[in-house]
Amino acid sequence: MSLAGLFLTSFLVVHLGINLLILFDKSLELFNQAAHFMATNPLIQLFQYVLFFGFILHIILGVVLQIQNWTARPVRYQKKGSSEQSYFSKFMIHTGAIVFIFLIIHFANFFVKAKFGHIDPITYDSGTYENLGQLVVELFRDGAYVIFYVIAILLLGFHLDHGFQSAFQSLGLTHSRYTPIIKGFGTVFSILITLGFIAIPLVIYFSF
Amino acid sequence: MVKLDAKIPQGPLAEKWTNYKAHQNLVNPSNKRRLDIIVVGTGLAGASAAASFGEMGFNVKVFGIHDSPRRAHSIAAQGGINAAKNYPNDGDSVYRLFYDTIKGGDYRAREANVYRLAEVSNNIIDQCVAQGVPFAREYGGLLDNRSFGGAQVSRTFYARGQTGQQLLLGAYSALSKEIKKGSVKMFTRREMLELVVIEGRARGIIVRDLISGKIERHSAHAVVLATGGYGNVFFLSTNAMASNGSAVWKVFKKGAFFGNPSFTQIHPTCIPVHGDYQSKLTLMSESLRNDGRIWVPKHKEDAEKIRKGELKPTQIPEDRRDYYLERRYPAFGNLVPRDVASRAAKERCDAGFGVGSTGLAVYLDFEDAIKRLGKHVIEARYGNLFQMYEKIVDENPYETPMMIYPAVHYTMGGIWVDYELQTTIPGLFAAGEANFSDHGANRLGASALMQGLSDGYFVLPYTIQNYLADQIRVPRFETNLPEFEQAEKEARERIDKLLAVNGAETVDTFHRKLGLIMWDLVGMGRKKEELEKAITMIQELRKEFWSNVKVPGKNEMVNPELEKAIRVADYLELGELMARDALEREESCGGHFREEYQTEEGEALRDDKNFTFVSAWEYTGEDKEPKLNKEPLVFEFIEVKQRNYK
Amino acid sequence: MDLTLKIWRQASAGEKGKFVDYQVQNISTDASFLEMLDVLNERLVREGEDPVAFDHDCREGICGACSLYINGRPHGPDKGITTCQMHMRRFKDGETIVIEPWRAKPFPVIKDLMVDRTAFDEIIQAGGYVSINTGGVPDANAIPIPKRDADTAMDAAACIGCGACVAACKNASAMLFVSAKVSQFAVLPQGKIEARERVQNMVAKMDELGFGNCTNTYACEAECPKEISVSHIARMNREYLSAKLVSQKE
Repeated sequence: MSLAGLFLTSFLVVHLGINLLILFDKSLELFNQAAHFMATNPLIQLFQYVLFFGFILHIILGVVLQIQNWTARPVRYQKKGSSEQSYFSKFMIHTGAIVFIFLIIHFANFFVKAKFGHIDPITYDSGTYENLGQLVVELFRDGAYVIFYVIAILLLGFHLDHGFQSAFQSLGLTHSRYTPIIKGFGTVFSILITLGFIAIPLVIYFSF
Repeated sequence: MVKLDAKIPQGPLAEKWTNYKAHQNLVNPSNKRRLDIIVVGTGLAGASAAASFGEMGFNVKVFGIHDSPRRAHSIAAQGGINAAKNYPNDGDSVYRLFYDTIKGGDYRAREANVYRLAEVSNNIIDQCVAQGVPFAREYGGLLDNRSFGGAQVSRTFYARGQTGQQLLLGAYSALSKEIKKGSVKMFTRREMLELVVIEGRARGIIVRDLISGKIERHSAHAVVLATGGYGNVFFLSTNAMASNGSAVWKVFKKGAFFGNPSFTQIHPTCIPVHGDYQSKLTLMSESLRNDGRIWVPKHKEDAEKIRKGELKPTQIPEDRRDYYLERRYPAFGNLVPRDVASRAAKERCDAGFGVGSTGLAVYLDFEDAIKRLGKHVIEARYGNLFQMYEKIVDENPYETPMMIYPAVHYTMGGIWVDYELQTTIPGLFAAGEANFSDHGANRLGASALMQGLSDGYFVLPYTIQNYLADQIRVPRFETNLPEFEQAEKEARERIDKLLAVNGAETVDTFHRKLGLIMWDLVGMGRKKEELEKAITMIQELRKEFWSNVKVPGKNEMVNPELEKAIRVADYLELGELMARDALEREESCGGHFREEYQTEEGEALRDDKNFTFVSAWEYTGEDKEPKLNKEPLVFEFIEVKQRNYK
Repeated sequence: MDLTLKIWRQASAGEKGKFVDYQVQNISTDASFLEMLDVLNERLVREGEDPVAFDHDCREGICGACSLYINGRPHGPDKGITTCQMHMRRFKDGETIVIEPWRAKPFPVIKDLMVDRTAFDEIIQAGGYVSINTGGVPDANAIPIPKRDADTAMDAAACIGCGACVAACKNASAMLFVSAKVSQFAVLPQGKIEARERVQNMVAKMDELGFGNCTNTYACEAECPKEISVSHIARMNREYLSAKLVSQKE
């Protein structure tokens, strides 16, 4: 669970890095170039399956654990407690589920289209690529979609905030000196990832 | 009078136990498998004995009243456990621990037993460390010691303020290991109702399952009673709510003699009583007396103002304070034994110098210690105790002195046992606080844990073999024998009788009344007329109980009121025996203080000529006066002196 | 002070339970929570009703018997104490207090507020000990132990086995309890010898008994009356992973 989670986190960093290229180059050349590289490099292609497996593992484990956890308390309390010290820990299955739904829509919108559908090519000095960037820009012109996207990313951020330090705890990687640093880093990291992902649709919506 | 044989081995004091072990009978491994032992109680003595028997290969059945063996009241012991390791190099030795214990007990314990206790004390520490008990350590990695009342050396090992807990968890872990192995079978939430005696030997017990109310029969070749003390006869005590005297009382009525029933320890440092709804008293570890100074105002007018709330203790200047222990006992100061400290507090309060709203409290002050060592040192040493005090009293002991007052804590009396810890019923053994053996008329601090574990780990595993060695041809007992039928019938009848009274008053009402009689008339200071009065009052209260108690519900259910009623019915008989014993003993010794017998300075005045014996009471029948048998105490190796802590 | 109590009543394990309201009057603010319940029970007995059953014994916060879930929190609103150490001055006059038993599948209700916690004993029996017999052990000072390690072991060993961690955890996980024992032995040389088998056996037993999983909510630490740290859970995780990785095939 924790290993899969940390692995997926590393994927987020790469994903965000490529996405941000849209903002730095309105011609979308950089982004399309990077997307092309990701779609054609054999190593990345192979890695895609590892990533897919990571997702599935993380989700299945999460669901199984949650079912076990629910059955561990067949009679609930009348007066619900709230003693949790890591606030978002309470909602991991909820944030996770919504992020999962988002993921399916996200897949349908981008991955499936890019992989199996047809995307108009665009030619730059450096060569001709599928204009995936245009697809992104068009989607984010839809206000409703932007709102959905922002909410999903916020939830992902909450998921990350608990998940990051939690993974270290589950792996037993704690230390009186370093654990506070890990916790602080996790929170800052989650905020940065969230802001980064949210910035893209907002910037596109308002200025493209 | 029955001639009581304590079966003390021959030879010089230091060689008695070695001699005993060298010549005792043993049971070979294949025979151990065929022998059953019942242990009642899972405290330090019970758990350690049961685990050891299991390790040796006996079939063991253990019974406890709690949901888990770990909840036994040994868990609440705070301060520490004594041993003659002499790690601090301050002059300790087995002999000195023995001597301090005998002297602390005011020369009313057996030399041979106490010497053995001191002798095995070191093994206990080794054993517990090997079990992973996290005793306090110094920076060099070696074990730390602190000092306790009644000793001039530091010989007390401790685990913060939770030594009893850690030692019990050690014994509990050993027990768990044996339960897992299958050599020990644990029966939780069972209360012993009767002892089964077949042809003069203890062969089984009748218990009540506290969940279903089912009455069960269990047989064995030997029965060990490790059921703790009976301090709850006073209603308010530091004992846990379920601690009770019923098991010892039942075996007394089956023929086991009761040793020194009146010897009760009143612990000097408890949180004072503060309301009539109160259910129990809380002990503040004796270790606090290492750094705390005990005082009351020197002038009555100050004390009166404090009681009215017009003056705070911190406003009383040094020269208007009376550090009465330091004044009266300069050599031991605040570390005098418990009985001495308790009586001194009572004396000051009776004389009108008491503090608190009731006037029944004295101060235990840490101001000097905090100045000398710093708050952090005091916090490290007693943090949890201070926190506990603040939770209960709502005052911060770092800023204002604690208020303390004596409270019933431990019963030195108990089932009479010989050197082998065997009672007058063959095959019935008693260990820990349940027996009377090692503390005489007063127990020193940190010695209860030592005795419980000594009995369980290092004494009973030897002596019980000596008994069982000639039982190897005795087959397992069926529980349909007439003796079992009869014992179960008696137990059932008593329960039915209690349920049938259907009067108007709750069990606790009677218990509270009994407690007041005991505290006022059979407490810290005892007088002939008062003890006689107590006997009559208890008899009357007993009659009233059996005609007016209300026990709701039925037997076949979880019924805590019925559990209490069974116990209180026994207390109402046991209390009378305690008063009788106190009346009979016309001297003051240790925790037993007869106002008529004191020195001019108000110290306990023993009468060695007439009372150097153990009172071993014998049951003679319902509503008949019990019979007093005497086991003379012979001091061959030490000189009996007036205790002096000045 | 006067209070309204909403108490879970259940005649026995097999029967259905429900909340029943009780009014109590003139409770002293100096009384403990359990003494307040004593007052109620004494009245119920006088009125011929069945008193409320609850576990309790030492009433000084060390035996671990008391186990009430008070207003949504195990052992009530104060930190670092058990129910028996909770005093009524902590509540307001006229307040309604909801009192429930510990809720977890491995802790079935016996009656009213009493639950069966023998699952904890079973976990200890799975390995919460050092497998030595009485006698024949080395001198207590033969193995020096760094003070820091002894203190850490003591921090963990302070567990009273009350089950508040399970009660507080949204997953009814027993990780804090199990890790306290595993951790105590993991830092002491005496316990190291069997450390690998111990952690695997105890965790397996815990899972078998139906406790939930740890999702690091840290509610256990917040509600533990002995304030045992979740760093012990991390230590157990570490011990467990390394034991799984390196232990030899049976």
